[in-house]
Amino acid sequence: MHALVRDNVGTLLWVVVFAPLAGAIVNGILGPRLKRGTVSLVGVGAPVVAFVASALATWGLAGREAVSTTLFTWIQAGPIRVDLSLWLDPLSAVMILIVTGIGSLIHLYSTGYMHGDPSYSRYFSHLNLFLFAMLLLVLGKSLLLLFVGWEGVGLCSYLLIGFWFDDMAKAVAGKKAFLVNRIGDFGFLLGMFVLVFWMEGSLDVPALRDAVDMGGGHFVPGGTGVMLVTLALFLGATGKSAQIPLHVWLPDAMAGPTPVSALIHAATMVTAGVYMIARLNFLFALAPTTMAIVALTGAATALFAASIGLVQNDIKKVLAYSTVSQLGYMVLGAGVGAFGAGVFHLMTHAFFKACLFLGAGSVIHAMAGCQDIRLMGGLGKRMPWTRATFLVSTLAIAGVPLLSGFFSKDEILYKTLALQPASGPVAGWIGPLCFAMALAAALLTATYMFRLYFLTFSGELRSHHAHPHESPASMTIPLVVLAAGAALAGYVGLPIEHLNFWEHWLHPVFEDGAARFVSTGSHALEYGLMGVSTVVACGGIALAWALWRGPLTHVPAKAAAAAGGFYRLVCDRYRIDELYDAIAIRPFQALARVTHRWLDAFGIDAVLVNGPPRAVGWIGSIVRVAANGDVQAYAAALFVGLAVLLWLVIP
Amino acid sequence: MTGIETYALTPFISLTMLIPLAGAVLLALVPGRHGAAHRGLAFVVSVLAFACSLSVWVNFDPARAGFQLVEDRAWLPFGARYTVGVDGISLLLFMLTTFLTPLAILGAFSAIRKRAKEFYIAMLLLEVAMLGTLVAADMLLFYLFWEFMLIPMYLIIGVWGGERRVYAAVKFFLFTFLGSVLMLVGIIWMHLKAGGGSFALVDFLKLDLGFREQAWLFAAFGLAFAIKVPMFPFHTWLPDAHVEAPTAGSVILAGVLLKMGTYGFIRFAIPLFPDAAGAFAVPVMVLAVVGIVYGSLCSFAQGDVKKLVAYSSVAHLGFVMLGMFALTQEAVEGAILQMVNHGISTGALFMLVGVLYERRHTRAIDAYGGIARVMKVYAALLVIVTLSSIGLPGTNGFVGEFLILAGTFREALSGGGAFRAIGLALGIAAATGVVLGAVYMLTMVRKVLFGPIVHEENRALKDVSFREFAVLGALVVMVFWIGVYPSFFLSRTTASVRATLDAYKGRMVEQRTALLRGVDARAEDARAAPSPWRVAAQEVAR
Repeated sequence: MHALVRDNVGTLLWVVVFAPLAGAIVNGILGPRLKRGTVSLVGVGAPVVAFVASALATWGLAGREAVSTTLFTWIQAGPIRVDLSLWLDPLSAVMILIVTGIGSLIHLYSTGYMHGDPSYSRYFSHLNLFLFAMLLLVLGKSLLLLFVGWEGVGLCSYLLIGFWFDDMAKAVAGKKAFLVNRIGDFGFLLGMFVLVFWMEGSLDVPALRDAVDMGGGHFVPGGTGVMLVTLALFLGATGKSAQIPLHVWLPDAMAGPTPVSALIHAATMVTAGVYMIARLNFLFALAPTTMAIVALTGAATALFAASIGLVQNDIKKVLAYSTVSQLGYMVLGAGVGAFGAGVFHLMTHAFFKACLFLGAGSVIHAMAGCQDIRLMGGLGKRMPWTRATFLVSTLAIAGVPLLSGFFSKDEILYKTLALQPASGPVAGWIGPLCFAMALAAALLTATYMFRLYFLTFSGELRSHHAHPHESPASMTIPLVVLAAGAALAGYVGLPIEHLNFWEHWLHPVFEDGAARFVSTGSHALEYGLMGVSTVVACGGIALAWALWRGPLTHVPAKAAAAAGGFYRLVCDRYRIDELYDAIAIRPFQALARVTHRWLDAFGIDAVLVNGPPRAVGWIGSIVRVAANGDVQAYAAALFVGLAVLLWLVIP
Repeated sequence: MTGIETYALTPFISLTMLIPLAGAVLLALVPGRHGAAHRGLAFVVSVLAFACSLSVWVNFDPARAGFQLVEDRAWLPFGARYTVGVDGISLLLFMLTTFLTPLAILGAFSAIRKRAKEFYIAMLLLEVAMLGTLVAADMLLFYLFWEFMLIPMYLIIGVWGGERRVYAAVKFFLFTFLGSVLMLVGIIWMHLKAGGGSFALVDFLKLDLGFREQAWLFAAFGLAFAIKVPMFPFHTWLPDAHVEAPTAGSVILAGVLLKMGTYGFIRFAIPLFPDAAGAFAVPVMVLAVVGIVYGSLCSFAQGDVKKLVAYSSVAHLGFVMLGMFALTQEAVEGAILQMVNHGISTGALFMLVGVLYERRHTRAIDAYGGIARVMKVYAALLVIVTLSSIGLPGTNGFVGEFLILAGTFREALSGGGAFRAIGLALGIAAATGVVLGAVYMLTMVRKVLFGPIVHEENRALKDVSFREFAVLGALVVMVFWIGVYPSFFLSRTTASVRATLDAYKGRMVEQRTALLRGVDARAEDARAAPSPWRVAAQEVAR
């Protein structure tokens, strides 16, 4: 059996990718004419098929470095050659399992959540299309194929954020997501244009890795060229993974249906930036300056977004900022050279954040669309399954020991302190500063997540209109599975050398990148930090309990009043959107208006083109003669003129 | 290099042109003015022309660089010959023309109510002229077709256009006509220089022109082509022409006519005047990039959806020009593909605008909003075509833009000193077009399709009819075909582009003449051989 699977991994990979595409096409074209049950069957069946194929392919991969399969040559021109090739290595294997596994659960959940929606088949068509693009992103052998998936997931994100497009705000949010991501893609493209030149036409990741291994040429450690290329690529990652300064689209993306937020804007698509850095770890590791910037960006984003999460009142907005913050951890991990840890957190986060979003969806479903946590409370009694799974995931994200988030977050914190570029740190303060920010963010995470939990599930219901009830099994089953994952997923990467299956599995992918970093840490530091993390997590939870559940419930309002302007600034998300509006969007609109009205319509057209004829009467009269529509005269003039010219040239 | 590779045994190219010509004559003979017979006949004829053009595609050998399926016979007494053929540079555009014309005609069925007969005659004659321009290998023949294209298009805008149609038609005519006059002077100059006996492109290519001479000639040809493209700052005729033209006119204007300018550069201006082209490459690239940014900005500022699409053409053709003058293999192939891509996606966009216009008789973006709710298929089509226009991977637009930009970067990075810096700056500035294109297109899509329905009259809008769907569906198929499997199309261009660039890069007259010597020998043999027409006639007689 294993031999059979082993020999057919290539075929399985195409099944992984094309099953969701087939689902998307069937539901996209035939959907409106199909029965709802059929739509569900196709929509959920496709990701399940992909998941089974992924599991088999991963099994077939075991023991090998990578498996590659090619369909045909996609683009070939001049030196450029890009094949439509899939590439399964331990990293992409992990990713396809996450994407199809969690994807299947969320598709199943959607059959319940979207039950009454008139555009049911369109929803599943887009969601399947998303999986197709995401799997292409993950499995693409060429960086350009990764980019195809990258843009594809962006498209599906756009379509699904604006799924209920009758609401202009939702349509605007979708467009914003697409455009902000395009700014990142601009950087990604620039990086690829230089790389494809350096690589003499190939963008295959394995070829790139070999070239970096060989060294020389453009791939000099610490070289300016490599630094600029990786920075350009990182701009792409900041867009997709919602890092400062391109994080602004993700909170708005919550306009989409909640399962979409869980799948695309928490578990999978937004991690693509982290995945890209991990995929190119050998390249990023050549540029310590870029890595320092990556790390600082991640840490700053983690802290910045966590502080906003503390003051949001929309259940999905809290989770959105939480996602931005957690993505910051992953980026930080990648930036300090702990690629395995970054992807580890990606995986655990996929479980607990998907569970949290689906839990939120269950709550919103029960509250008949209401998302304001100030109106909730006491839902735990009425929704026991939702509450229990939500609690497990909240504990996991808060970093409570023995749950998944604890292991993954802790490893990032530890490595932030412990790892240094082998060529010496870019600046000594970067590591400690990142660590401090990440630790502060950890405290805030525990606090805002339990604030959310207490306000939603504890106490008494504050809304008088809602009649909350537990969701159907199609929604609670995925919650239970995800909560189990949120609790247990961390055990694949225990911080004990020979038990750390995760590091071992991913070692072949990251060894080149990791080799450029040295560890100055020790077990004492590692276990000591675990203690610190535990204290921070429990402290945060205690704080949340005291402030929103316990004896100090009057304090938050007082503190807010005392902080005054700063509080409002945080509530307004530091007014970054307003800033961009003032320094980028409005100037752009004004520039477009001026260009069109003054430069084009007036300067070029009225003055330069129509000016001379108007100014000089005889030209004007020619225009008038011509303008009376006497076409025959026109044609005659043309042919007479031509005849004269021909006569002239006849020898 | 544009030598002659093979002669046609069956004159497929001439037949392809003859079919619409005969169709136009036939239409003129059919009585009545508004009958369904005219449009049906016009459509059938244009489909037949497309079918015939497929035989050109099938008989084309991608491995050969020079003109193929050549027909060559004496025409005018002073050396102008009827020489037509296709190579990898013209083949795709040739096919695009025969592909788009029936679609444009089919799309016009309901829109053209008055003087329908004359309209379809004009469309078919326009097709003949466009095809002739693309296949002419004799410069005078080329020039005649080039100028003849103006007349039917002038009529289409001026007779069947909107309110300001006469202004727009005259502006279109004067702009392009004045630009072409200098080109005629250039052609005659080269004719005399070549001994006064020939207008053949192969003879012109052998001329030993000094740099100053090349520079003047490049300017004369370049102006004609730049206006047609249109390049910034010669573009202001375009928005007026597009806005006033009927939908079918816009489709053909954007789809094919504009490409005659970019085609002219790669077919004539670059191979004939390589030193001047090299010297002017950077300024042309600067104008191209200015066009990309400028066109995008103007597009964004439009409240008229048709004008928005028109300005987007300025930006898209900026990409084509950039690729053409980056003068690397992938950039030029990308530019040729992008010409086709623009024809498909912008053609489809104009169709889509036309669909709305026929229903509501307004092009104002504000008059719409929320129509995705009532026109579901339409909305899906508009979104797909928009994605193609903004170059989303998987659609045709991406392949072209990627190759153009990658080629531009390669040319910049492999150069040195100032050129490297300028080239990189241009490449980066052009790449912003990727963002800007998304900005104006998605803003338009949001305003037209999404949000609540604010105008009551939009509530009853009918979704696309079967006829409209057939037209748009055919274009959407091409969007994905080129996007997913571009090799099918790119491989046709490779040999010709390589030969053209090799000759350009060689820059040495000896090399060019050496390259042509073999061609000449073959050409002489072929000219001595009996005319393929006669062969064909004999076959038929038998």
